[in-house]
Amino acid sequence: MSKPNNILTKFKNMPVDGMTKTLFVAITLCLVCSMVVSFAAVNLKEIQEVNKAVDKQKNILQVAGLYYDGIDVEKAFSSFQPIVVDLNQGKFTNRFDPLTFDDRKAAQDPQLSISLKEDPASIGRRTNFATVYLLKKEDGSLDKVILPIHGYGLWSTLYGFIALEKNGNDIFGLQFYQHAETPGLGAEVDNPKWKAQWKGKKINNDSGELMITVAKTQKYKDHHIDALAGATLTSNGVDNLVKFWMGEAGFKKFLTNLQNGAA
Amino acid sequence: MSQTRKQLLTDPLVDNNPITLQVLGICSALAVTSSLNVAFVMSLAVIAVCGFSSLFISFLRHYIPNSIRIIVQMVIIASLVILVDQIIKAYAYEISKTLSVFVGLIITNCIVMGRAEAFAMKNKPFESFVDGVGNGLGYSLLLMSVGVIRELFGSGSLFGIMIFEPVSNGGWYVPNGLLLLPPSAFFIIGFIIWGVRTWKKSQVEAREYKIQTLEEH
Repeated sequence: MSKPNNILTKFKNMPVDGMTKTLFVAITLCLVCSMVVSFAAVNLKEIQEVNKAVDKQKNILQVAGLYYDGIDVEKAFSSFQPIVVDLNQGKFTNRFDPLTFDDRKAAQDPQLSISLKEDPASIGRRTNFATVYLLKKEDGSLDKVILPIHGYGLWSTLYGFIALEKNGNDIFGLQFYQHAETPGLGAEVDNPKWKAQWKGKKINNDSGELMITVAKTQKYKDHHIDALAGATLTSNGVDNLVKFWMGEAGFKKFLTNLQNGAA
Repeated sequence: MSQTRKQLLTDPLVDNNPITLQVLGICSALAVTSSLNVAFVMSLAVIAVCGFSSLFISFLRHYIPNSIRIIVQMVIIASLVILVDQIIKAYAYEISKTLSVFVGLIITNCIVMGRAEAFAMKNKPFESFVDGVGNGLGYSLLLMSVGVIRELFGSGSLFGIMIFEPVSNGGWYVPNGLLLLPPSAFFIIGFIIWGVRTWKKSQVEAREYKIQTLEEH
């Protein structure tokens, strides 16, 4: 009998509960399982990434009021122009490719973000660069501008978009695409009836003060959004995050520049 | 299918239901039953994981060293769960957003581990597979029943299709918000267990002690 055969027979006759076989089973199992898992993860990654991108595009279409069931998302989305904005300067920048730039990653990167001292939206760090989406009319003039916003509610960070008319002050719509608020209470931020309130509201008053408010009682009709019943903390969160992103630390500079043609 | 195999499949539905009789796997039953679409995908995931983990563990049962058997079972179950999670993320993205961590938590679902340890380690692969699927189905049956109650009375819809028009959309039905919160599933499962045990007296556990009266003493 040749030598390798000998080792095999010897191995075969070892007790299952022995140290050698235990190690052998553990290592083989881990190798096989890790291969199966990584094979699946690598092969499905592409489809998952496409899903994520389409989901984001769908939300941008929804906030701009262009979405309906059965729409070809990618085709409809081609009327939007993604572009990266430098929030500190309030100007467009071509430092990054808007198609691949990731705002959320940038918010984690100390080089590309700042730590917030005043942090009403509870986001910790704010990215210096954000991807905004410009919707152009057929003649090439600006129709709407869609800005990414996020902030903490009760349980989770709400990520969404706010769509503004071309004057940069009238709200067209607001929509969150990711959150984990309480179903039936805070998650009513997804309720179409509640979202419809945002349409036509004004962010600033005529003298440029930030007025938009989510609250129980109405002070100024043009700037008031009814808070969600039974979801005070989520409503406060939305109030804070909208104020933050529409304020000086957010998109205010950019929106002003956009009006003056200086963006 | 022979009589015994058929029993393996149907027994866990009512007579030996993993949730109502064994009271296992409660946590995920609370979390994913607020809408039927989600409960349905979760059910499929549990059936697949439970069936295939039992199958593979049963194939390997003679080679698994006793000292690391629980870890071996966990590794197999965990790999299957990750596989299922990745597939859901790729092909049912909307639902995967609602299910979030709960697919991953199938790993810790006692039903899967319980079947692996109690049945698959001692029985042939095919029987183990049938047993796993049967228990998955038993779990699903309960998940769907709870889901029907919660979605119908909590949001006035079934599978996302409006049945009772809620007031917020201009209808007449005032949704019961409690049913959308996890505690409501506790009550519903409790009532279901009560109902099943009233129907099938044999499921009632014997008392562990009896309060004696002075006279008897």
